[in-house]
Amino acid sequence: MKLKFASLVAAALMTAAPAMAELIVPNLSYRTGPYGANGTQYADGFNDYFTLLNERDGGIGGETISVPECETAYNTEKGVECYEATKDGALVFNPLSTGITYQLIPKVGVDKKVLYTPGYGRTSAKNGKVFEWVFNAPANYWDGASVAIKYLLDENGGDLNGKKIALVYHNSAYGKEPIRTLQELAKKHGFTLTEIPVEAPGQEQKSQWLQIRRDKPDYVLMWGWGVMNQVAIQEAANIRFPMENFIGIWWAGSELDVMPAGEGANGYKALTFNGVGMDYPIYDDLKTHVIDTGKASQGGEHVGSAVYSRGMYAAVVIAEAIRKAQELAGTSAITPEQLRDGFEQLDITPERLAEIGLPDFGPEIKLSCDNHGGSGMARIQQWDAAEKKWNLITEFMEPDAEVLDPLIAEDSAAYAQEAGVTERSCN
Amino acid sequence: MDQLLYGTEVLINGLMTGVMYSLVALGFVLIYKASGVFNYAQGVLALFAALTLVGIMEGQVPFAHLINAMFGTHIENFGWNIPAVFAILLTAGVMVVLAILIEKLVLQHLVGQEPIILFMATIGLAYFLEGLGDVMWGADIKTLDVGLPQGISDVVEQTTANWFGYGFFIDRLDIWATIIAALLVAALVAFSQYTKQGRAMRAVADDHQAALSVGISLQFIWIMVWSIAGFVALVAGIMWGTKSGVQFSLSLIALKALPVLMLGGFTSIPGAIVGGLIIGVGEKLFEFIMSSPDLAGSWFGFTISATENWFAYVLALLFLVFRPQGLFGERIIERV
Repeated sequence: MKLKFASLVAAALMTAAPAMAELIVPNLSYRTGPYGANGTQYADGFNDYFTLLNERDGGIGGETISVPECETAYNTEKGVECYEATKDGALVFNPLSTGITYQLIPKVGVDKKVLYTPGYGRTSAKNGKVFEWVFNAPANYWDGASVAIKYLLDENGGDLNGKKIALVYHNSAYGKEPIRTLQELAKKHGFTLTEIPVEAPGQEQKSQWLQIRRDKPDYVLMWGWGVMNQVAIQEAANIRFPMENFIGIWWAGSELDVMPAGEGANGYKALTFNGVGMDYPIYDDLKTHVIDTGKASQGGEHVGSAVYSRGMYAAVVIAEAIRKAQELAGTSAITPEQLRDGFEQLDITPERLAEIGLPDFGPEIKLSCDNHGGSGMARIQQWDAAEKKWNLITEFMEPDAEVLDPLIAEDSAAYAQEAGVTERSCN
Repeated sequence: MDQLLYGTEVLINGLMTGVMYSLVALGFVLIYKASGVFNYAQGVLALFAALTLVGIMEGQVPFAHLINAMFGTHIENFGWNIPAVFAILLTAGVMVVLAILIEKLVLQHLVGQEPIILFMATIGLAYFLEGLGDVMWGADIKTLDVGLPQGISDVVEQTTANWFGYGFFIDRLDIWATIIAALLVAALVAFSQYTKQGRAMRAVADDHQAALSVGISLQFIWIMVWSIAGFVALVAGIMWGTKSGVQFSLSLIALKALPVLMLGGFTSIPGAIVGGLIIGVGEKLFEFIMSSPDLAGSWFGFTISATENWFAYVLALLFLVFRPQGLFGERIIERV
């Protein structure tokens, strides 16, 4: 009897244990809480791309990808708990939270796991000499600030002298990220910068928008997330601020942000580093192998939305890094160290994006030992309220390296000193 | 002169914002008055009510995600849209059913327990309703349009521009919120003063045991009070949800009601209104003054911003120093 029971337990354990050949890419997601609406779409895009690879190609290089999900609720403590709970055997983490990222940066250095934070997290992690395990390509917040100003320069014949620009920002580590860059850019281009913080969650912003109405800035930039975005766009419409002069960072550029304001949001602009909409060949495969077979995350209801597309794009970059790592290591069952090497040799060309089924979906990503952030290129999308869709209105634009490079060197050096990290050589 | 005009505009907008805070605070007061329970779930009630309203208006199938996941179906919508007025009435009906369920499943079993136990039960209720709302109606942000106008009032802007040379901003939604809040308070006061049920409610609020001894049903009163609080939550949910879309953050508006309650007292309907107005005006004027280079900048040599969240509590605490029971709260008499 005891033997039978032991056999049953052993069989059950063997069934429950993950297959050893799997590559584990945990999804630290948030589907609940104040930011759950955005987090759900991102997580769906992330899951669905790996499901597509598993279903269509049998994984990557013959290895299936396992994507265990852990709910962080956008809470830093829970995010760290999720990391600890899922790190065994994991290759790479993408927590979609700047707060969680800041906590994980020292941990991934010790545990030797890759941390991939596209478009969020610590900007100076672009410096691979200091942040060996962190990657933030294709763009970071400072790139975003610089591209926004570059776009405004283009709109004003290359001259922003005397213009007034207001930054409405989430009063948190995330929201404060672009301030230093914008201050430097203000000095360089002669515009006046007004910083207007909004306390989280941002449900009430009357004071901030009355100030904007009084100050009459020429442009408003926004670093918001969650309900702050919807309220800001509604308040901007309420005071009749010209929407075409209102530009949000990519985290303030989803359908969820503009829909509540209805027609009032028409013309609102946002930065993006990924394509939007369903007009890409990959969605044919996604429909055949994932959606129609009932394997889509949440039934596939968010496919093609701005945030879903960004989650999918994060998965694409990770998958390409895995592919490169397998190629470099000569084995399909790669380790996190090998994945880091794969990231550092990553070269996602426009041709490769087209092969994947995402032509012109993102900028070329070419990374190296010292450059973990890529080119930093981003483009502008504009909301069409009548059609209820985003239109891409510019090509990818490069940020101002002359301003950003010294800032990144300064900030990463400060981190290295604070954390006792010795810069590694990339020669 | 400009600063005076700007300050007046901020003051008026502060009053309007205060009304929005009062709408949330009213629900807390009603339940605390009748049962001595601080209802932690009041903010979530507003979220749940607004989610239900949008779901009914758009003919959304409740629990569609769950049904589709379990049975592999693809149902989303009944295929009809219900006019806002009927949808509001139906939602009010749902809130009554919810009140009955809360009374039967939670409160009835906790009669005679310490207030802290009842408070903890409402914390559990808040988490349950958050999850239930998500499962029933989905986690997406929903657009709520019951026909209330939004945006700057041209009449106010033009009139003030003619009078002062500067057009004031007042949001038409805030004007409507003020009118609706006034009607709601008048109805609540009339109900509690002039109806049998209202008098019974006040009797329960004064003394549970005495009310029971004269034949008043505690069970009925609790259901009635939770139903009314549910309706007040629906009104608050409509006002806030119209502005930001209906989403989880609506449940956090309760945080805005706390300083209002501390200031106005937990047992006074007029206190919730006056408290809301004081907090609204206080936090907006403080933010205006402290963030202005022409005011705080020239007076103190520095400016600070994003003060509203903490200043509301500081203001409430200042009042508490002088009146611990709040401005309109019942005087605390302890007999040894």
